[in-house]
Amino acid sequence: MTLRPDLAVIAAHVAPGSRVLDIGCGDGALMAALESASGCDARGMELDGELVERCVARGLSVVQGDANIDLANYPDKAFDYAILSQTLQTATRPDRMLDELLRVGRRAFVSFPNFAHWRTRAALMFGGRMPVTRALPVSWYETQNIHHVTIEDFRDLARAKGATIERAWFFSGEKQIGAPAANWRAEFAVFELSR
Amino acid sequence: MGGGLPQVARPMNLAAPASPVYRIPHPLPLDCGQALEGCEIAYQTYGALAPDAANAVLVCHALTGDQYLASPHPITGKPGWWERMVGPGKPIDTNRHFVICANVIGSCMGSSGPASLAPDGRPYAMRFPVITIRDMVRGIIALLEGLGIARLHAVVGGSMGGMQALSLAANWPERASRVLVIASTARHSAQNIAFHEVGRQAIMADPAWAEGDYYAAEAKPDNGLAVARMAAHITYLSEAGLTAKFGRRLQDREAKGFGFDAEFQVESYLRYQGSGFTRRFDANSYLYITRAMDYFDIAEEHGGKLADAFAGTQARFCIVSFDTDWLYPTAESRHIVHALNAAGAKVSFVELSAPHGHDSFLLEHHQLDRVVKGFLE
Repeated sequence: MTLRPDLAVIAAHVAPGSRVLDIGCGDGALMAALESASGCDARGMELDGELVERCVARGLSVVQGDANIDLANYPDKAFDYAILSQTLQTATRPDRMLDELLRVGRRAFVSFPNFAHWRTRAALMFGGRMPVTRALPVSWYETQNIHHVTIEDFRDLARAKGATIERAWFFSGEKQIGAPAANWRAEFAVFELSR
Repeated sequence: MGGGLPQVARPMNLAAPASPVYRIPHPLPLDCGQALEGCEIAYQTYGALAPDAANAVLVCHALTGDQYLASPHPITGKPGWWERMVGPGKPIDTNRHFVICANVIGSCMGSSGPASLAPDGRPYAMRFPVITIRDMVRGIIALLEGLGIARLHAVVGGSMGGMQALSLAANWPERASRVLVIASTARHSAQNIAFHEVGRQAIMADPAWAEGDYYAAEAKPDNGLAVARMAAHITYLSEAGLTAKFGRRLQDREAKGFGFDAEFQVESYLRYQGSGFTRRFDANSYLYITRAMDYFDIAEEHGGKLADAFAGTQARFCIVSFDTDWLYPTAESRHIVHALNAAGAKVSFVELSAPHGHDSFLLEHHQLDRVVKGFLE
């Protein structure tokens, strides 16, 4: 099974044998890859009960829960990595969630769609309406993305939280691209953080 | 009850010897400080034990359940209480697993309980020691030793069965690789205790209870036991479920009768449940088992912190709750999950949607089937 590009990059950079918490783990694709290919001890959290059921049915340890609330119940540094893929922009308070990620994990991977991608900018600039693009395909009134964020916003937030950006990866569609002008060119980004 | 219960004939020998019975070859130590001599455990097994004895699944039964998990009940003739879950090709697959279900001590289907004979040849009645959930599990562990099973592939239980599964995981962590807890709790709440007390008082207020010494008498405290069951049965259902099933519909009549017969269908249903229950259950057992559940608080057993009860556990856990269960609501399951997370245990948790309240775990539920099957694989 092919992983989504942000998940593939995370899977490739988690140290083998690590303890990992995948927040918003969906159907468990990344967890399954981490357990089978890297010998990781992976745990997941997912809001949607049907997805949790699919995870449990494939033998994964996944807890149905709301990351906005339930992360608070994990001890400090319980995991080598806390992973938040395509979920930060849906958080009630992304700043607090980032704090929680860096509290429960020694390191964190965060991926999110970049609201400053040129397509998004163009849609807003010339269309005058909330962008509906390949990376952000859902209309403003039904999207779960309540806190749109750009790559530069995220760098600012990481700095404000005293987090170190260890590595970053940028993507246009399925294709990985270089760092220069990423805030214009990248549809989504993956950051590895520590604190 | 005003004598409104239909009288149902019942076999007098509640401990019908339809199950194999294991006699524990040593006194069974109990939490109350006493030990039970010659303790017997009645049980049923399904499937075949693998040569390495690694395919055993223990299913623990609920308050009024018994060992007839997937085979007909000898008194009622009804199918086993979890036959839809346990059997060849079913989620708990007896083609793969050796499934064990034991009647808990304190109960009345062949295991030692208040109706059993004490060493003096008379029924224990209220001389039976007060037992705990952990004592029930002690008895079952002794049975497992007798069967040559050092480690279970899984322990599974709903409601009070889930309490036993948790107790086994906390007190005998090396005994099970997987722990599946459905619609259960790590402690009895004030509300849980309150409902049980209503039931116990109903039994003890029945003159036929006679301080528990009724085994040789003509009359049994059936009215009290039936009321206890009626009150408890309400807690196993949901308001929406009751409304859907009965609404305000009248039973066998067109108009209200301005009397106190079972005029509403829901009344008739509860009376039927209550009287049917007295055919197969002993009133004193009901007292002892509800008391054991009320004493249940795993955190208290482990210094007050639930996470400490599971410190260092290597078992995988799966906790399941139902959204309409108000007896052991989802919050209780989350409480267990948080403790397991804090202990670093491998835990899954899912809240399933079902209209039937606490009893949902016994009823048709495809998602539950998939979770159980997936977790046991």
